[in-house]
Amino acid sequence: MKLVIGIVRPEKANDVLESLYRAEVRGVSMSRVQGHGGELERVETYRGTTVKMGLAEKVRLEIAVSDEFVDATVDALCAGARTGEVGDGKIFVVPLEQAVRIRTGDRDTGAVTPVGQ
Amino acid sequence: MPVAVTGISPGDTAWMLAATALVLMMTPALGLFYAGLVRSKNTLNTFMMCVGAIAVAMVLWALVGYSLAFDGTGALLGGLGDFALSGVGFAPRAGTAIPGLLFMAFEATFCIITVALVSGAVVERMRFGPFLVFAALWSICVYAVLAHWAFGGGWLESGGTLDFAGGVPVEMGSGFSALAAALVVGARKDYGRQALLPHNTMYVLLGAGLLWFGWFGFNGGSGYGVGDASVLAFVNTLLCPACTLVVWFALDLLRGRKVTAIGAATAIVVGCVAITPAGGFIAPGWAMLLGALAALPSYAIISWRTRTRVDETLDVLAAHGTAGLVGILFVGFFAAAAWNGVSNGLLYGNAAQLWHQVLAILVVPTYAFVVTYALLKLIGLVTPLRATEHHEALGMDVTQHGEEAYVTGEGAILITAEAGVEAEVPVGDMA
Repeated sequence: MKLVIGIVRPEKANDVLESLYRAEVRGVSMSRVQGHGGELERVETYRGTTVKMGLAEKVRLEIAVSDEFVDATVDALCAGARTGEVGDGKIFVVPLEQAVRIRTGDRDTGAVTPVGQ
Repeated sequence: MPVAVTGISPGDTAWMLAATALVLMMTPALGLFYAGLVRSKNTLNTFMMCVGAIAVAMVLWALVGYSLAFDGTGALLGGLGDFALSGVGFAPRAGTAIPGLLFMAFEATFCIITVALVSGAVVERMRFGPFLVFAALWSICVYAVLAHWAFGGGWLESGGTLDFAGGVPVEMGSGFSALAAALVVGARKDYGRQALLPHNTMYVLLGAGLLWFGWFGFNGGSGYGVGDASVLAFVNTLLCPACTLVVWFALDLLRGRKVTAIGAATAIVVGCVAITPAGGFIAPGWAMLLGALAALPSYAIISWRTRTRVDETLDVLAAHGTAGLVGILFVGFFAAAAWNGVSNGLLYGNAAQLWHQVLAILVVPTYAFVVTYALLKLIGLVTPLRATEHHEALGMDVTQHGEEAYVTGEGAILITAEAGVEAEVPVGDMA
């Protein structure tokens, strides 16, 4: 099992969800985060105070998948999130030690496989 | 108390000063209403279109709009005698007992909010600069012309069409222009592909509440004083939207089994719009019926429009164009000389009044639609009307104004020369 963490542009979040859905990846958590990954800062002015916004709004997706789903998930994230400009985000794949479905007590692969598959 | 200029009523003047301020407040209220309905990344831009309308429409109204609308009684257009307010002073305008200057200011606030209303059709994708140009031209070519027809002694008013507070220039003028604007500018890129949801329902409710409050000045001031017509219009502005709310609740219950808050906010606006042309002309009982009836077509058009490719984003046509049209037509049936001292409608034996009203609902929407369509096409020849897809995705707040509505300040670095931080990075290059 792996935990796939995708950090993407908020405006691409819907495209990413759509492409995950097409790839039959069902379980996903999403949160809004702020981060910096080398993209150019945007400059904003508030009543004469000009600031460089060093942190950009991003959306972080966490997807726990069984090993055979890792490539499909990564491909789906790339396809949905890519614009080609700096700031498209990152994907991290990390090993996952254990997963438990709380409702049933299912462990590991059983727990990350959607109900009915 | 002696007054400097004869023919001025202190009572009328006092009320009209307050009413003018109330109507001006409606434009920021509309800003709240609209800003709540868009996505959070477009909050400021949406509100700023209303602020922009105040800036541009007020200046042009003072320069030429007022003159074209209210100088002389030409059939199609007024004159330029009041150019840059040159002929406007303390002397009362004929038919009123308030200073001409105050009359000009009261009417200016109408022009402002009408321009702001049209922005609802193009929010979330139209560039701010072209919008300001459009607002300037529209306030002259559409609003001032329609205001002259309905209020300034133009062919509709002199022909007998009754429009108490602006069913013609404000409501039908904005509604049908909005449809044209939505068609020329085109749908938002995500329209019909993604759910584009209101980001703050509280703003919507607060905006609707403040609009209603301001509408007492709008309708209550359109008798230009404290006479019976103003009192009637004021009270009808209370009764009519309440009935629209009740019917809207019922429609919501029938359709989705829940009464919705945004539906309620919309109903308040629809009710206020419907009573606008009719306020000082119909009995309170009929105003209640009007409120109930007006809910139906507006509700139907909102439900239908969202299933089409026409991204008339904030439903100006349904809320303003349609309800204004219903109100104008209603006057043709239910106007009562016993209440208004002016004219009866069909119900009281005067079929001609209905014809005058029908004429307005045929000609005004056509004029507003065609001229708005042409204006935007012309501006589009000179400069792109829309933001790029990339900018639309990033949001209009950052790309048009360099600000955000809900900025946290985390990670923000103060730019100072001493700190040696390099110059501004253009938003276009922002990743």
